Amino acid sequence: MTSAPVASGRRPAVTALRRFLRAPTAVIGLALMALLILGAVFAREIAPQNPFDLAAIDVLDARLPPGSASMSGDITYWLGTDGQGRDLFSAILYGLRTSLTVGVGSALLAGILGILLGLIAAWSGGIVDALIMRLVDLIMSLPSILVALLMLALLGRGIGNVVLTLVLLEWAYYARTARAQALVERKRDYFEAARGLGLPTYRILLRHVLPNCLPPLLVIAALQVARAITLEATLSFLGLGAPVTQPSLGLLIANGFQFMLSGEYWISFFPGLTLLLAIVAINLVGDRLREVLDPRALR
Amino acid sequence: MLGWLLQRVAQALLVIVAMSLVVFLGMHAIGNPADILLAPDATQADRAELIAQLGLDRPLWQQYLSFAGSALQGDLGRSFVYNVPAVTLILQRLPATLELAIAATAFSVIFGVPLGLYAGLYPERRLSKLITTGSILGFSLPTFWVGLLLIMTFSVYFGWLPASGRGETVHLLGADWSFLTLNGWRHMLLPAINLSLFKVSLVIRLTRAGVREVLPLDYVRFARAKGLRRGRIVMMHVLRNIMIPLVTVLGLELGSTIAFAVVTESIFAWPGSGKLILDSINALDRPVVMAYLLVVVTLFVVINLVVDILYRILDPRVREEASA
Repeated sequence: MTSAPVASGRRPAVTALRRFLRAPTAVIGLALMALLILGAVFAREIAPQNPFDLAAIDVLDARLPPGSASMSGDITYWLGTDGQGRDLFSAILYGLRTSLTVGVGSALLAGILGILLGLIAAWSGGIVDALIMRLVDLIMSLPSILVALLMLALLGRGIGNVVLTLVLLEWAYYARTARAQALVERKRDYFEAARGLGLPTYRILLRHVLPNCLPPLLVIAALQVARAITLEATLSFLGLGAPVTQPSLGLLIANGFQFMLSGEYWISFFPGLTLLLAIVAINLVGDRLREVLDPRALR
Repeated sequence: MLGWLLQRVAQALLVIVAMSLVVFLGMHAIGNPADILLAPDATQADRAELIAQLGLDRPLWQQYLSFAGSALQGDLGRSFVYNVPAVTLILQRLPATLELAIAATAFSVIFGVPLGLYAGLYPERRLSKLITTGSILGFSLPTFWVGLLLIMTFSVYFGWLPASGRGETVHLLGADWSFLTLNGWRHMLLPAINLSLFKVSLVIRLTRAGVREVLPLDYVRFARAKGLRRGRIVMMHVLRNIMIPLVTVLGLELGSTIAFAVVTESIFAWPGSGKLILDSINALDRPVVMAYLLVVVTLFVVINLVVDILYRILDPRVREEASA
C-alpha cells in the first residue's frame, strides 16, 4: 500500500472521505452532483415558470431560440422554449427532479431488496441460496432492455411501473455482492463471537455482518443510480416510461426530437446535456468511491 | 464434456420455458383478450361463446400447454393490427435488425481492436489516455442521446447522411438487405455507428487489458529475444491470444445488441423488429409483443449456447477445467 497508514482512532468513514477528496475529478463530480441535486430539489423555487401550469405558458412563445424574451416581456428564455411555449430551463429542472427521483428511488428499493435476499442466501445456503442465485444469474444474463420491454408492455407506462421495472433489474447486482461479501464475513472471529453470545440471527446479519459489507455495496449503488437514470431516460424516450404529465429528461428529449430535423436543436439538446452531466457526475463519484473503498483497487 | 453439454442445453431450455411462462401469465393477468376482440355492442352470450371458442374457460395450466404446443409449431397468434401471423411479421422484420446488429459488431472490431491495441502497447502516451477516457464515456453515454447528436451533426448540420429509413434494398435469400447497395450503406452508417458505440468501448477495454496481460509473458519476451519484428509479435503472438475472449464476448453481446436495437431503430426509423415491437406495444397488439419477446429470448439463449460451446472447443484450458 502506498497511501499513508490509517491513523489509529480516526473513524474509517472520515479517512475514506479524506482520500476521496484527494482526486480533483471526483471533487468536480461531487460539486456537479450537488448542483444538479439542489436544482432538482428547489425546482419550484428556482424555475422562472411552472412548466405545467397552463396559465403560465403561452403558445405564442413556442420554439423560441435560447436567449429570447417572451412575448409579454417578463421572462427571458435562456435555454429557449419547447413546442408548447414552455421555458426549457424550467422544464429541465422539473424533469431532472423526476429523473433523479426515479433513479435514486429505484436504486434504494433495489438495494434494500437485493441486500436482504443476498444476506438470506449467504445465511441459509442450500436450496434457498441456489434458487436466489439462479434468479440473479437469469436477470443478469438477459438484456436489461428486453426485461424492461416485457414489464412495461404488461404494466403500461407510469413512474411507478418504471421504478418497479428498474428494481427488478437492479436488485440482482446488490444480492450477488452482498452474498459474496457476507460469505467472507462469516469466517471472521467477530461473527463467531456474536453467535457465541447467542444473538438472534437478524441482529447478527443486520448489526454485525451488514455494516462490514457496506463499502462495495455503496459503489454498486452509485453506479446503479447512473444506470437507472440512463435506462429510465431511454424508456421514456421510447414512450414507455414517464407519463406526459410528469416528463422526465428522457421524455423532454423525445419531445424535442421532431423539431431537431428542422434545425431547432435546443429543445432536445439542453435536456440531453443535463442528463449527460448527471450521468458523468455520478460516474466520476462512483469511480472514485470504488478506488477509495475497494481494497483490491488500492494496488 | 457431454455431461456439461447436456446440463447447459437443459439450462437454456429452462430459460426459454420460464420466459414463456412469464410472458403467458403476464398477458393473462392484464386482461381478457375477448374484451378487445368483441364489438362494443356484443351480448353476454356472444362473450361467453367467444371465451369458450378461444378456450379461455379452461384451467390455466391447460391453456398454457396449448399455448406452448402451438408456439412450438411456430404459431403465436395473429396480429390484431396487421391480421397476419405474428411470427411471420417478426421474421419479416428480423433481417433488418440482424443486418444492423452485425454491421455494428463489425464496426466495433474495426475501430475497437486497433484503438485498444494502441492503448495497450503505449499506455503512457497521451493518445492512449484519450482512448481510455473515450471508452469510459462510451460506456456511460445514453445510446439514444448519441444517436440524436449523430443526426444533428451529420444529417441536419452537414447534410451528408440520411437520418431515417433503410434506403434501397436488394432481395436475396428471401429477405431484403441494405448492405448490398451504396444507398443502403449510406442509410445504415449512422444507425450502425450508434448501435456499435457501447461495443466499441467494450472491445477497446478488452483488447487493452488483454495486451497489458500478455505483453510481459515469457513467450512474448522469448519471441522478442529471437529477434522477431515487433509487428509480427503483435499480430502473431499477442493478438491471437486476445482473440478468444474477444470473440466470446462479442458473440455473447450479439444477443443484447439485437435487443438494444430497439432504441437505435426508433431514432433512425429503421424498419426492423425493434421498431415493430414499440409500435405493437403502443397499439396493444399483444400477439406481436409476445411473439417478439419469445423469438428474441430464444435467439438470445441459442446464441449464448453456441458461443459457450465454441469457447470450450477453442480454448483447451476451459475444457480441462470443466472436466477436472
